[in-house]
Amino acid sequence: MEDAKQLEAFEAKIAAGQKIEPKDWMPEAYRKQLVRMMSQHAHSEIVGMLPEGNWITRAPSLRRKAILLAKVQDEAGHGLYLYSAVETLGVDRTELLKQLHNGTAKYSSIFNYPTLSWADIGAIGWLVDGAAIMNQTALARGSYGPYSRAMVRICKEESFHNRQGYEIMMTLAQGTPEQKALAQDALNRWWWPAVMMLGPSDDQSPNTDQLMRWKVKMESNDAIRERFIDRTVPQAEFIGLSVPDKDMKFNKETGHYTHGPINWDEFFQVIKGNGPCNANRLKARADADKNGAWVREAAMAYAAKQMKEKEVA
Amino acid sequence: MSQDSQWPVWEVFLQANPGISHKHVGNVHAADAEMAIQNARDVYTRRSEGISIWVVPANAISASSPEDQGAFFEPSNDKPYRHPTFYKIPDGVKYL
Repeated sequence: MEDAKQLEAFEAKIAAGQKIEPKDWMPEAYRKQLVRMMSQHAHSEIVGMLPEGNWITRAPSLRRKAILLAKVQDEAGHGLYLYSAVETLGVDRTELLKQLHNGTAKYSSIFNYPTLSWADIGAIGWLVDGAAIMNQTALARGSYGPYSRAMVRICKEESFHNRQGYEIMMTLAQGTPEQKALAQDALNRWWWPAVMMLGPSDDQSPNTDQLMRWKVKMESNDAIRERFIDRTVPQAEFIGLSVPDKDMKFNKETGHYTHGPINWDEFFQVIKGNGPCNANRLKARADADKNGAWVREAAMAYAAKQMKEKEVA
Repeated sequence: MSQDSQWPVWEVFLQANPGISHKHVGNVHAADAEMAIQNARDVYTRRSEGISIWVVPANAISASSPEDQGAFFEPSNDKPYRHPTFYKIPDGVKYL
């Protein structure tokens, strides 16, 4: 059968470390999974602009404001790279946005939590972008060319996000007792959501074997989570903050931290739409889309008119 | 044209430094060429990655097909004599 031969060639190519490009033959399950993953990733980038955008007008200094603006602009760019990557598989961006707005497509659970204080902007850059980097550096080695290239570009830019967040936390932690308390409070609220955003534990995550063989997923959720925790806990200690997990202990034998139980019920509730900000985030996105529709139409009408005038001239 | 379009796709080529060729970096959506160049600047050169941008309507690009890759590029595989290393020149001969 033709398909079996094609599948064999496809898997051999991946095993040899070659990238799959948009026009290459690919199994339907591979294509479907990539569309799901990449669009979810793209949606996360642009929904992720909302909690941070919330603080642009209230940033404590011009320096912080300029940095936050640049970071939020980067997130828009990341969304664009990723939507482009999904479009290489023949799915139109209009369709992708429709799926986001009607709730059939998901985005990262983490963006359904509110940003209550300035310290949350520090916590997001440090923890949320930090966790995202762990995931994305793995995905940059994935088999689908356009996704992998988008990841390489994104990872280069995320490092700035991560460091500016840590700098905010460090500045607060070295400030007045009230400022330090703000930083600790932000860490308390963002720690568990950040640990959870790397996805369900391996025993609850189906399909992983095939996705690993096809290099759609490069590492298991738990492996990435462990690396995130190992790197982040000492960073917290360095600035005199502590992660809100009384069971967190360094295990000398394994060289890794062991953590307390994760509240997966909370994670699945947020994914289902019952997080503190789900409705608010979706409404903000849908409103932006609706309110921008006339701009898109007017620009197309203007372009058509210019084209006509050129032809006449 | 659909009621609410996300604008046509333009492929973006960037020249990183003077004297080297433009290289494909990705694409943007835009209503016209001018907007495509501005969007490309905002999306692909936020960290001084380029000094010149080309944009091309994506539907204006034709590409060779991956299935025919072998046969299509075959003619060059059996002509090793196009490469300078094909020719044996004695050690004593200079500047050749």
